[in-house]
Amino acid sequence: MRWPMFMAGSDLRRRGDMNQHVIAQRILLAKVGLDGHDRGIKVVARGLRDAGFHVIYSGLWQSIDAVVQAAADEDVDWLGVSILNGAHMTLVPALLESLRQRELNQIGVIVGGIIPPADQAKLIELGVRGCFGPGTPLPSIVEFCNR
Amino acid sequence: MNFVAAESPAFRTSLSGVPIKPLYGPADLADFSAQGEIGRPGQFPYTRGIHESMYCGRLWTIRQFAGFGRPRDTNRRFRFLLDQGQTGLSTAFDLPTLMGLDSDDPRSVGEVGRLGVAVDTIDDILALFDGVDLQKVSVSMTINAPAIVVMAFYLAAARQRGCDWRQLRGTIQNDILKEFHAQNEFVFPPEPSVRLVVDLIAFCTRYVPLWNPVSISGYHIREAGSTAQQELAFTLADGQHYVQKCLERGLSIDAFAPRLSFFFNAHNDLFEEVAKYRAARALWAEMIRDDYGAKSEASWKLRFHAQTAGCSLQAAQPEVNVVRVAYQAMAAVLGGCQSLHTNSMDETFALPSEQAVALALRTQQVLAHETGVTNTVDPLGGSYFVESFTHKMKQDADACFRAIADQGGMIAAVENGYFRRQIADAAFEYQTAVDRKEKLIVGVNSFQQPDRDPIAVMEIDPSTEPDQIASLQLIRQSRSRADVTRSLDALRHAAEHRDNVMPSLLQAADDRATVQECVDALADVYGRFRPAAAW
Repeated sequence: MRWPMFMAGSDLRRRGDMNQHVIAQRILLAKVGLDGHDRGIKVVARGLRDAGFHVIYSGLWQSIDAVVQAAADEDVDWLGVSILNGAHMTLVPALLESLRQRELNQIGVIVGGIIPPADQAKLIELGVRGCFGPGTPLPSIVEFCNR
Repeated sequence: MNFVAAESPAFRTSLSGVPIKPLYGPADLADFSAQGEIGRPGQFPYTRGIHESMYCGRLWTIRQFAGFGRPRDTNRRFRFLLDQGQTGLSTAFDLPTLMGLDSDDPRSVGEVGRLGVAVDTIDDILALFDGVDLQKVSVSMTINAPAIVVMAFYLAAARQRGCDWRQLRGTIQNDILKEFHAQNEFVFPPEPSVRLVVDLIAFCTRYVPLWNPVSISGYHIREAGSTAQQELAFTLADGQHYVQKCLERGLSIDAFAPRLSFFFNAHNDLFEEVAKYRAARALWAEMIRDDYGAKSEASWKLRFHAQTAGCSLQAAQPEVNVVRVAYQAMAAVLGGCQSLHTNSMDETFALPSEQAVALALRTQQVLAHETGVTNTVDPLGGSYFVESFTHKMKQDADACFRAIADQGGMIAAVENGYFRRQIADAAFEYQTAVDRKEKLIVGVNSFQQPDRDPIAVMEIDPSTEPDQIASLQLIRQSRSRADVTRSLDALRHAAEHRDNVMPSLLQAADDRATVQECVDALADVYGRFRPAAAW
């Protein structure tokens, strides 16, 4: 028998692990920058919670530094940022760089909001795991994070 | 409002979850006096429209919302739209401006000119409206927390160009309450925020009499996920709060009520939307005449701008958005709007391209000139279904008003998060209904069409941010620091002594103080508001 609570880090909670039914995946959902459109992120927060995730929501107007610090403090598996202000090509690369510098690359980053398809491809190339635009059903986000 | 599954084939609900019967008839109008409640167009309570002849007399104003990049970029888009037959301007500001930050503030990085036009000083306003005859074209500006600052810049710029303020026509949104409910672009706490709204209403009532100093907005409440009924009720409750605060300031109801304007969403359910607009007019007329004793008919009339629902647009099969927008626009027109914005099909990806915005504009022109909807006044009036739905809307709104009162009134309900909870609940229920396919969305949960080529989207010139910052810093170097300090001190003094801040803001504008300097000076007195991260 394994004792997951004795083992540090979030690796044990990763998808496919035998303990995934024991410990919920942890996800930090964050609004970065000045954009106040929070309908989507709050709906996603409830959807993930109902699907058994441990959800932490940052509230509005977070800086990159604050989000990365919270992701580290909360020991999350996933970090979801919602951006509808057109600043994704500035904010998301900065976020990924900050995670790398703090050796938090194991955290899966997903992005939601208004992102042109060409930019979505660029963000995936930079290391974002998934981009979810308007019309994404909640179950598909849940499925993605459980895969 | 529950988005419940259909219990039987005969059971349907509106988009917002109101049960709809398969057939309506005279019995549905039996429990209210049709003649008294419906009345005639142009007559109290204006259910059928605020003008006797409506679009037979004058078409609605075609007013596309536009703004991006530097002021000169948006000026070019404005001229393009006017050349294409648009009849009014509507300005979108970028997020730093909306949040009262300058382009060179560290918090503005990546956002300058992205979601709207960047405005830092009066020089930007002058560039934005360069070549536009401000005494001829009506100008709308969508800004809230720093609305009074931007309006001061606009009025100072107009004066520099020799315009008579008494000729200026236009609207500034200046509706801070809906920011607390939904849109989240607030800076100061609720009470002083409302105080600034009243300052601007009081100033415009006296000096800029044709201007609409507030556009009480349900649009963003709906975009944040509310039902049509919540949009209607929360908006009118906001309007009522402004009216009360203006009366407490000593303004006479008939002095300011005729210039209050409204802004509603035009969503997918055509009849629900029409009922919403018709109910809004009647509820407002009854409130202003009967509760506040307004004598002037102009005070009773609810005038509104409508915009098609941005949140209804889909990334899948974006061309289909043109069809959604066309139906939504028709709902707004059948509901009697005074001006209309039609969204562009590419807005789920980026700000609209010139091609997409031209198509959106053409959508309105086809509606106005080809479909025949302008030939008769309130063509749906007297319909058993529409009239009983309108009546039901009024009843639902009354229930919402009572709920707000139960919370302890508007400010208490804002502070305890009542509105945000109600809207978030409705948004989640809606998404769940879509995910369960209880509501079909073409291309999203039904009729999908995979593997399509992406459409072209507009890109913002990457030199926008450095350019705007450079031009701001040039202004900072060339202006008199002493003058700016003096005018900002005067602004702080006015705020502390609860004087109207508008005169000192006009001086600050002339001295080329920036938006952020003015907002910071006000925040020194009023403080700043941080909401709880509740969901």
